[in-house]
Amino acid sequence: MSEYRLEMRGVVKQFPGVKALDHAQLKLRPGTVHALMGENGAGKSTLMKCMFGIYKMDEGEIYYEGKKVNITDPLQALDMGIAMVHQELQPVPERSVAENIYIGRYPMKKLLGFIPVVDHQKMYDNTAALLKKVRMNFDPKQRLGDLSVSQMQSVEIAKAVSADCKVLILDEPTSSLTANEVEALFRIIEDLKAEGVAIVYISHKMDEILRISDEVTIMRDGKYIGTWESKGLTTDKIITQMVGRELTNLFPKRNNVPGEVVFEVNDFTSISPRSFRNCTFNVRKGEILGVAGLVGAQRTELMEGLFGIRLHSKGTIKYKGKELKITRPRDAIKQGIALLTEDRRATGIMGVLSVADNISIASLDQYLDMGIVINNKKIEQLVQDNVKKMSIKCPSSKTQIQSLSGGNMQKVLIGRWLANNPDVLILDEPTRGIDVGAKYEIYCIIEELARAGKSIIMISSEMAEIIGMSDRVMVMCDGRITGFIDGKDANQENIMHLATQFETAPSAAV
Amino acid sequence: MGKKLNAKAVTKWLSDNAIIVMIVLAAIFTSTQNKNFYSINNIRNLLSNTAVRFIIACGVSGCLITKGTDLSAGRAVGLAACLSGILMQKASYGDKFYPNLPELPMILVLLFVMALCGLLGAVNGSVISVLKVPPFIATLGMQQLIYGACLVYTGAIPIGGLRNDYTGLATGYVGTRMLSNLTVIAIVIGLFMWFLYNKTRYGKYMYAIGGNENAAEVAGINVTRSKILIYMLAGLAYGLTGFLVCAKSGGCSVNTGMGWELEAIAGCTIGGVSVNGGVGKITGILIGVLVFEVLKIVLQFLGVESSYTYIAQGLVIIIAVALDLRKYLAKK
Repeated sequence: MSEYRLEMRGVVKQFPGVKALDHAQLKLRPGTVHALMGENGAGKSTLMKCMFGIYKMDEGEIYYEGKKVNITDPLQALDMGIAMVHQELQPVPERSVAENIYIGRYPMKKLLGFIPVVDHQKMYDNTAALLKKVRMNFDPKQRLGDLSVSQMQSVEIAKAVSADCKVLILDEPTSSLTANEVEALFRIIEDLKAEGVAIVYISHKMDEILRISDEVTIMRDGKYIGTWESKGLTTDKIITQMVGRELTNLFPKRNNVPGEVVFEVNDFTSISPRSFRNCTFNVRKGEILGVAGLVGAQRTELMEGLFGIRLHSKGTIKYKGKELKITRPRDAIKQGIALLTEDRRATGIMGVLSVADNISIASLDQYLDMGIVINNKKIEQLVQDNVKKMSIKCPSSKTQIQSLSGGNMQKVLIGRWLANNPDVLILDEPTRGIDVGAKYEIYCIIEELARAGKSIIMISSEMAEIIGMSDRVMVMCDGRITGFIDGKDANQENIMHLATQFETAPSAAV
Repeated sequence: MGKKLNAKAVTKWLSDNAIIVMIVLAAIFTSTQNKNFYSINNIRNLLSNTAVRFIIACGVSGCLITKGTDLSAGRAVGLAACLSGILMQKASYGDKFYPNLPELPMILVLLFVMALCGLLGAVNGSVISVLKVPPFIATLGMQQLIYGACLVYTGAIPIGGLRNDYTGLATGYVGTRMLSNLTVIAIVIGLFMWFLYNKTRYGKYMYAIGGNENAAEVAGINVTRSKILIYMLAGLAYGLTGFLVCAKSGGCSVNTGMGWELEAIAGCTIGGVSVNGGVGKITGILIGVLVFEVLKIVLQFLGVESSYTYIAQGLVIIIAVALDLRKYLAKK
């Protein structure tokens, strides 16, 4: 019998253009909490999805209680006793708590001896017992949508427990919880631990990790870095291991000169209490302001708020001292702001339309003859100019944009915004999912724009990119701006320190 | 470059255009069975029928391209037909709806029915884009609403005794008898729609919204206004269709244009308007509608009982959409 409940060895997972996991490993002992840590994109979630059978490993082995197993889908994982509470909960809010727990595997009984029907009584009784186990005492018949986020999470955990799990994966379980709710969750974890469940705990919150976990495994760039006992660890040690990566010369030399402050945001606050709040910052002419933070820091939400995609309850935006009124994206565009969104496919490209249509859609007013007729020659000129300037690889301007590579799509979208000649460019993860060569080209474009006097705000979850490209770094954590670091002084440690300054952190973490 | 003509390319082309190919083959077969298939009267009939249905299909196409639909199209045509008929009755006609109505200028009546249908379309567009009611439901409601209003207004009596200048609009022709006024009007509308779809911001925004509504909003497009305009333009097309259909049939009732919205949607789909949005050409819509009309005539010539034609049409619609989706799925 192995001393480990579950072992993953030499796991390799290749996605188009990226090696997401490069010989990663994980060893879980029964009755312990094992923290899995790493920067955004280090491969934590990917590794868990391999364990849970959502992704198929390219290489590697999984041993469950000493026996080699092959997990091909989540149902099989559940059968074996592996349960996962996802980062994004996927409940059915219109149905009852009990139905959410037993969805897809309702207890059945035979009516009149042969008609199979759902045994509601049994379902409700079982649910009540489960809820008691996770220290919750609400009615199993209650509509799930009426519960708070933390209660829903407890239901998810109850669901995992109901599957009689031996391994429980918690992916960022506290990202939307208040301090009290976190305490409640920890009590449940302690209970499960006492029952011998092996728990994988993924989180960015250092103080939580140090408090709840027994062991810590750190990953970086898809690789396994090491496993330590939590007792001897400190926040500093963890951060050093998480970010200890060499910065190679992946970035162009920057010759842009930041000038006077032109873009000012003051006390900008979302209508949602869990989102961005009291954000005050400014950007200079010709400056690249890097925006760093962990997943859930609300960086994208803040930028979408500035651009009028999300609503804000208070705060002002000024350009060159003049206040801007922005309630919709087109207000922002008219006033010289551009936003390259984070998710190219969801909010960027119009997949079935041509490159020409995609690049010209935000600036059609410029290509009109007699104020009505679109001059296709001018649009063709725009396409050719951009193709040349940014070396976009596309067979023709009539090519459907969805057939281009990520890097070329991104260049087309940058071209779309530049056609409007904006003063402030907000770039949200401009190089996500783009291969290394195209990344460098996009960095060059960004540098050139800053040199031309544009104010650039660049969100990035890649530390190297933030450090390599920013004149100044703004760090956010949990909806607030937690500090600014001059580009020259920025390093992974000081950024990570600001990025983990949670407001609700217990006082122990000083 | 030059496209290689190999077996694979031919197979792909055939499966992409399967419905059209099948119906063209059926037409060729029918013409060998019956010489009258190529008669001037038959062609003229085919073109006129295609003409009115093409105009309503042009209207619906904008809704489809933006991933919407318009189920109120047929009823709007019915309403427009009834109103046109009522306002264009002969002074001498015994059963005149408004006995004391003076002879109105034809163009005024046309503009009136178009404006009314355009207004109803704008209401559709507003309900869909402002209140966010799914297009299927919003326009289904409008369909019932218009039908009911039309029943109440006309009392369900058939409308006849139309003025000669009005019916002459449909019987008249330009140059050759084959080219009826209706056909000419449809060609003008087709050219106008082609211009609108390909050469104006209206068209570009429409395709962009269909391609990715969220991205369109982020790119600064006024999606709400665009949608209202699209449904309003559709309404204007229905108004024109109703006006022409009444003249063509020499009379009408509340049931005029019954089910035409479905034929129009079918025609668009056969012609390559994608139900996934963002794709569709006016030339394709013309071919789609034409093919659908050819199908009807073929069945008629082959002596298929009219009840059966519905079955054939239903099959064609499902197959056309299935083939369209297959094209889309293949890309994933």
